[in-house]
Amino acid sequence: MSSIPTREVARRAFAHEYNDASYTFKESDDERAPVYALLPTGERANRVFIVGTLTETEDIGEDSEYWRGRIVDPTGTFFTYAGQYQPEAASALRDIEPPAYVAVVGKPRTFETDDGDVNVSVRPESINVVDAETRDRWVVETADRTLDRIERFDAEGNEYGSMADEQYDLPLAEYKQAAVEALQSLEAEDGESDEPAKVET
Amino acid sequence: MSVTQHAKEIHEQFSDQLDVSVEEIEERLDTLINEYRIPADEARRSVVSNYLDETDMDRDDLGGGGNETVEVATIAEDEQWVDLRVTVADLWEPRSESISQVGLLGDGSGTIKFVAFETSELPELTEGESYALGNVVTDEYNGNYSVKLNRTTSITELDEEIEVGNDDVSVEGALVDMQSGSGLIKRCPEEDCTRVLQNGRCSEHGEVEGEFDLRIKGVLDDGEEVHEVIFDKEATERLTGTGLEEAKQMAMDALDTTVVADEMAAEIVGRYYRVTGPTFGRYVLANEMEQLGGADAEATLIRARSM
Repeated sequence: MSSIPTREVARRAFAHEYNDASYTFKESDDERAPVYALLPTGERANRVFIVGTLTETEDIGEDSEYWRGRIVDPTGTFFTYAGQYQPEAASALRDIEPPAYVAVVGKPRTFETDDGDVNVSVRPESINVVDAETRDRWVVETADRTLDRIERFDAEGNEYGSMADEQYDLPLAEYKQAAVEALQSLEAEDGESDEPAKVET
Repeated sequence: MSVTQHAKEIHEQFSDQLDVSVEEIEERLDTLINEYRIPADEARRSVVSNYLDETDMDRDDLGGGGNETVEVATIAEDEQWVDLRVTVADLWEPRSESISQVGLLGDGSGTIKFVAFETSELPELTEGESYALGNVVTDEYNGNYSVKLNRTTSITELDEEIEVGNDDVSVEGALVDMQSGSGLIKRCPEEDCTRVLQNGRCSEHGEVEGEFDLRIKGVLDDGEEVHEVIFDKEATERLTGTGLEEAKQMAMDALDTTVVADEMAAEIVGRYYRVTGPTFGRYVLANEMEQLGGADAEATLIRARSM
């Protein structure tokens, strides 16, 4: 079993936190070693799973198609880019008519802008249209995972907690507050949402 | 078990063929165990091998002289001779003429695969009946254990019913990936071979006329752990609503089998599922599944506010 490289877990983080995850690192010198983005609540992320509303798609490519999608969750906006090396995700962005709930599995990517800011985006492995229930479940799950990370942030031996402490000077309370607001936004929706939920038998 | 007990049992196994006393056997065992510090099981094995050589017998010829009666879930070593008290939980269609019966035996601890061979000429086991099986041998393949019945296996029908425990596991999470080898696949039709063909070729039998099947290998991810799950033909049909005939039609219309996997991925990737079934190596075999809907925000809100 140990001979099979373990698959990287897809972390859950709200856009508000994800977009702050500008510090990336590798854990070995191997050229092919996975690159991790450091979540400010103290976890390494080589893969993420996000569910939100695709609000806008645009082909920003010059010579070949290069699609940008904006995916909004209750706390902010994820940016995802797909070109010729992500043909399935690119065609999903080409075909899906916004607004639509989408689930994205992807890898964190960072790039530095001309004025020195670091932007964090998602390089998608897959993009699929999902229903409102899946989105709601993701919000609750992501809130739970965020709270998990905040709870163990200062725990002894939490390598990524101390790394986040060192690399970022960001108040954890803000991420907790974002999680609370995300949950409240679900509660407020309750009863008035007439989103057609696909029922599976 | 004491050295004397081991010696008595070995004596029992060879008493017909060999003129050897319990004391002699005990002495040999004692030397190995107490002088050479060899584990008792290994010492016993070595002494038995010795006598097998002397008598020109096969290990298979050995009588059932008292093995340990074990629970199936505790079997974790290859080539161990054990006794079982089990119920026949399931019988499958043998894929080879050399196999007389194949299926699942269960006891309180779970289930284990068993195989009985034609050459052993054993009475047939009946599904749902409970038996005491003496002298079966354990086998290992890719980390999975099974037991083989053999010529020396004693089969006694039990009056009591041995209850079969459940060793199923339940995993849940978002289905984040559908792995290659999913969708409409072809399997090797050779006897006893079910390998999935790659470009019409079986890794064992070369180019063959494959048989269509449906399968999904998926990854469930809850943000903390990943679990690999296999959906067989029936489970795939329940999960995606697409049956084998429909899938074949789709592939024929598109002149391409990969459309099936693509359409299935669009249906299921990104959704949350709970899957229940037995484990097979690193996979969970999906016997039952359900899609998970919206979760309870209230409980998490209360948690957040109490932090």
